Amino acid sequence: MKKFINNKDDFLKESLTGFGKAHSDIINVNLDPSFVSRKNKTKDGKVSLISGGGSGHEPMHGGFVGHGMLDAACPGFVFSAPTPDQMQAAAEHVDSGAGVLFIVKNYSGDIMNFEMGAEMYSGKNDSIITNDDVAVEDSTFTTGRRGVAATVLVEKIVGSLAEHSGSLEECKKLGEKVNKNAGTMGVAFTSCTVPAAGKPTFDIGDDEMEFGVGIHGEPGRKREKIQPSKTIVGNILEAILDNLKPEKNEKNLLFVNGMGGTPLTELYLVYEDACQILQSKGIEVTKSLVGNYCTSLEMQGASITLLKCDDEILKHWDAPVHTAAMRWGM
Amino acid sequence: MSVSFLISQAKSVQKVIDENSAEIEILDQKIGDGDHIFNIQRGLKLVVELEDAIKDLPLAKALNMIAMKVLSGIGGSSGALFGTFFMTMAKSSDLDKDVDFNKACEMIISGIKAMKERGKADVGEKTMMDVLLPVSEKLNELKYESEFKPGLNEVIKIAEERMLSTKDMLATKGRASFLGERAKGHIDPGARSSQLIIDTICKSVINN
Repeated sequence: MKKFINNKDDFLKESLTGFGKAHSDIINVNLDPSFVSRKNKTKDGKVSLISGGGSGHEPMHGGFVGHGMLDAACPGFVFSAPTPDQMQAAAEHVDSGAGVLFIVKNYSGDIMNFEMGAEMYSGKNDSIITNDDVAVEDSTFTTGRRGVAATVLVEKIVGSLAEHSGSLEECKKLGEKVNKNAGTMGVAFTSCTVPAAGKPTFDIGDDEMEFGVGIHGEPGRKREKIQPSKTIVGNILEAILDNLKPEKNEKNLLFVNGMGGTPLTELYLVYEDACQILQSKGIEVTKSLVGNYCTSLEMQGASITLLKCDDEILKHWDAPVHTAAMRWGM
Repeated sequence: MSVSFLISQAKSVQKVIDENSAEIEILDQKIGDGDHIFNIQRGLKLVVELEDAIKDLPLAKALNMIAMKVLSGIGGSSGALFGTFFMTMAKSSDLDKDVDFNKACEMIISGIKAMKERGKADVGEKTMMDVLLPVSEKLNELKYESEFKPGLNEVIKIAEERMLSTKDMLATKGRASFLGERAKGHIDPGARSSQLIIDTICKSVINN
């Protein structure tokens, strides 16, 4: 394992402390229990948005705390769900009386811990579960699809509605709409190494890729030989379009997300391939996002998310945002 | 069941889990995301470290402190599930009186029931519940028996059989559920760690 690390036990604490110092104009970092919150108190009457999950996906979620997005984020250990006391403390810290909306990715551990946090918090609260990964089929017999990169889009879009006086119910409704309108699929070229484990999560050959990989390096649909970008992107888009079935005149946001170890040069190439393929199918790309937003430590790979946008979604996507990892309009 | 019993069991379980950590880690890397063993080890370490803080406390208070430590210190599914287990045990009535075998069984049964509700998983879904639920049923039969040692040998056997039975199951809960057919052929890491815990505690009760 080659990592910038002093000792495994302090890994997360040291990283969070550095994050707090680097962005001290926007956020505060609280340790024990750990949560990231906005530097400025949530204004009275604004619904508070709290997300969280295992660490290792930076900038998600701490990097999305700030004006126009989250009010707080609860980081768990690397790839492990955060604990209920973190959610309770974060909610008590940020709730300004309008209630708390928890944004939770669909994993058993996250669901259970957020559920307990919500039970322990005495104020008004509700939750939305994101499950945009089309790589694993949704069925009544399984936990369902995984929550992956579209969680970023949910946090941005619902964050804007909350900033514009949306009620808890309205925020939940919009979040569920964005989640339903989004589909994501990823591919990995290399594995990633959880610091506590000290070795790669899975083995993969030099000429292989994991098609439909999850954001913790969980296996996806199949292991394949590496192919040209256009073929990979085409296969990913086919799976997403099968699932989302966008109309020809519909507007879409195209989000190419890096897994952490793939350079932006390649991500833009993926974006170009995706644009061409979508154009050839008569699907309109209106908005874009390219970069490392929902990562898997140092994994090489990328995911593509397509979000079908109506006017409400577009308006809140364009609205000003000022967080450590996403900033425009202000 | 007493506070000193809990502490000594935590220490024995910690030893056994550490001895089997490589196996559990590999199982989790095959069908999960590799964090289960670290979560369990971290949790056991935290509980063992509680010794000085809890050794003179009443049982209910000690169980509650263990619950909060497990809940806030582990994370992942294991933290929520084992935290729920201890929290439920701490809420049992009459803990200020002597907790005999019958009472201890009832506490464990109610703890496992609460875990089932929290995780919304049942037998056959390739999780730790495949081991815990049958064990709970057996304890329910055993609790009125005056001679419980033969029964505990059966509990050990049931836990092992059920742990092995997860090998050929499809997972429908937890991270492994995303794998479909690819999860087959591997024992569930949560089932294995639960079986080791049960095995250790039962053997220690039988031998004392």
